[in-house]
Amino acid sequence: MRLRAAIAALMLSALPAWAELTIPVHYLRQIVPQPPTLSNLDPRPERLGIDGASLALADNQTTGQFLGQTYRLEITEVPEGGDFADAMRAALAATPFVILDAPADTLLSVADLPEASEALLFNASAPDRKLRSQECRPNLFHTGPSLDMRTDALMQFLLSRRWTGLALIHGTHAEDLAFADALTGSASKFGLKIGATKEWAFDADMRRNATQEMPLFTQDLGRHDVLLLADEIGDFARYIPYNTWEPRPVAGSEGLRPVAWDRVVEQWGAAQLQSRFEDLANRPMRPLDYAAWAAFRAIGEAVSRTGTDDPAALRAYMLSDAFELAGFKGRPLTFRTWNGQLRQPIPLVHAHAQAALAPLDGFLHPRTELDTLGLDAPESGCTRFQ
Amino acid sequence: MIRTTLALLVLSAPAAFADEMWITNERDDTISVIDTQTLEVTRTIPTGARPRGIIFSHDHKVVYICASDSDTVQVMDPDTGEVLHELPSGEDPEQFALHPDNRHLYIANEDDAISTVVDVETRTVVAQISVGIEPEGMAVSPDGKIAITTSETTNMAHWIDTETQKIFANTLVDSRPRHAEFTSDGAELWVSSEIGGTVTVFDGATQTEKAKITFDLPNIHPDRIQPVGFEFTPDDAIAFVALGPANHVAVVNMASYEVEEYILVGRRVWHMAFNRDHSQLFTTNGISGDVTVIDVASRKPVKSIKVGRFPWGAAFRPTN
Repeated sequence: MRLRAAIAALMLSALPAWAELTIPVHYLRQIVPQPPTLSNLDPRPERLGIDGASLALADNQTTGQFLGQTYRLEITEVPEGGDFADAMRAALAATPFVILDAPADTLLSVADLPEASEALLFNASAPDRKLRSQECRPNLFHTGPSLDMRTDALMQFLLSRRWTGLALIHGTHAEDLAFADALTGSASKFGLKIGATKEWAFDADMRRNATQEMPLFTQDLGRHDVLLLADEIGDFARYIPYNTWEPRPVAGSEGLRPVAWDRVVEQWGAAQLQSRFEDLANRPMRPLDYAAWAAFRAIGEAVSRTGTDDPAALRAYMLSDAFELAGFKGRPLTFRTWNGQLRQPIPLVHAHAQAALAPLDGFLHPRTELDTLGLDAPESGCTRFQ
Repeated sequence: MIRTTLALLVLSAPAAFADEMWITNERDDTISVIDTQTLEVTRTIPTGARPRGIIFSHDHKVVYICASDSDTVQVMDPDTGEVLHELPSGEDPEQFALHPDNRHLYIANEDDAISTVVDVETRTVVAQISVGIEPEGMAVSPDGKIAITTSETTNMAHWIDTETQKIFANTLVDSRPRHAEFTSDGAELWVSSEIGGTVTVFDGATQTEKAKITFDLPNIHPDRIQPVGFEFTPDDAIAFVALGPANHVAVVNMASYEVEEYILVGRRVWHMAFNRDHSQLFTTNGISGDVTVIDVASRKPVKSIKVGRFPWGAAFRPTN
């Protein structure tokens, strides 16, 4: 009896994942209407996000073949007006692991389904603060950064350069307003001041007359070092650089952008991830692809370390000190135990290079500098995650 | 006439007999050759694109260079710096190890999730072995029976039987394994994990984990302590472990697996090599673009030598 226990223990230690496992993962997307933009230069790739999950499938499969673990990826795209909850129920009937690309309220409605109570859901898309604070859910992890994580990263950079006088132009979409709100909050968190704020509500075609329109539009912004732009749908901001009244750099949605990922990220082995992705998708990897990849890789990492497919055990492992995800951003990525947010450095990029990687030197935190970005435990207000 | 020849011989003799440290410069497509006596760069030799792994044949007659972005391994005459020929390496060769038979190169193909075995005499691919994502570290056991590939994204050391060229064991390590090395008696395999921040020590015979070494530096967050390259003293008493962006080399007691000391070097230290009598250790510092020379006895850095951009690999060349 004792001998058998000893042998079992030996087997466990030699082969952490000794059981054959099949891990099905569902990628569920709610298609939402895309507002029209002035330029069509950067259309949304059809398989945005899905390609990221597909790459993680390939990565996990390669690891899994050595451990007797098989991964599967099912993809469902729910059309506008379709029944998302129904699609979610169908997904949950086959697997407890679901990666979600949907607006915040849609996420909450499916996270609250009785069928989802034991599931592990990953929000890859919605950057909303409320999902990480009052409206957090115990079954909902977040692998994309929140808006505050991105805007905190930008403010750290501006402060470190001592470009403390800011002006802001924002669009009229809900995403623009939320980003502007996050910029304002982060500015105040790091002691910067946003002075003049203007709303971009023009409907002229800026491809013809940006040079005439923008200098006038930016003439009355007053003294500032940097012009912030909140244009998260990619409408007008691209016409602002070099067309401002004062010669000022722009940042936010254009110019210097704080992002989860971009094609210009190349340090820390990122070039390998980029080239694997390009081979698979024939396009550069975008933030949503990265978040979907990170979600599926987090599942794979937890499964390969624990040798289980039990969602509760995997959740516990992912929130433990033992979990770490190599995310090609120079340090291990881990989950915040208070709201399920994936901690991650935020690249500050422009069109052709990464200018800096936040957290920047000098922004200290007793736990990890990564927690200088976004909602820290005391301010999160999330009580339902733990 | 004879006297002139003699004089020439005498003049050229010291240069010809000074040992050399060869450094690959990843972002300059060159090798910097350092005179280990004067600690000066004496030659800069052009290579293929993105040179990383570098290794001399056991007789030091040729040097092999992984030209990653040229998708080839270059074979160079170290006297002239001339590329003699190229080996079919598979895509994106990053690191490699030379079998004790001096004939088989085991090459990690980082972009392709395979390891390639090349016969350097016939210049043919002997085998290609499917491994995990982003194979990186490569080692061959001293008896030549086992080859190791580490895969960075799969987080494993793959144990390959060199007879059959098949994997016979896979062992998980912490995130992003980088370098692998057998002790000189083959009793242990050491694997560094860059993101995991650890070095795992395996029993070479049973492939079971014997120890895990962790590092701790005051004022440097554990996330920034990223073990990459390492080297053992010939008596297997001390391991020197490069800690990447922590800008230090750890001195590890190989009996107790305890870190005895940390040595400050240049920024993002990658790999290293000893000089002939192992009295000096040369580390490549990727970001600061230099090589730190460490005095092994006193464990103190004694000199920084400017080389090319992003120095990566280091290999020692005795010249007599």
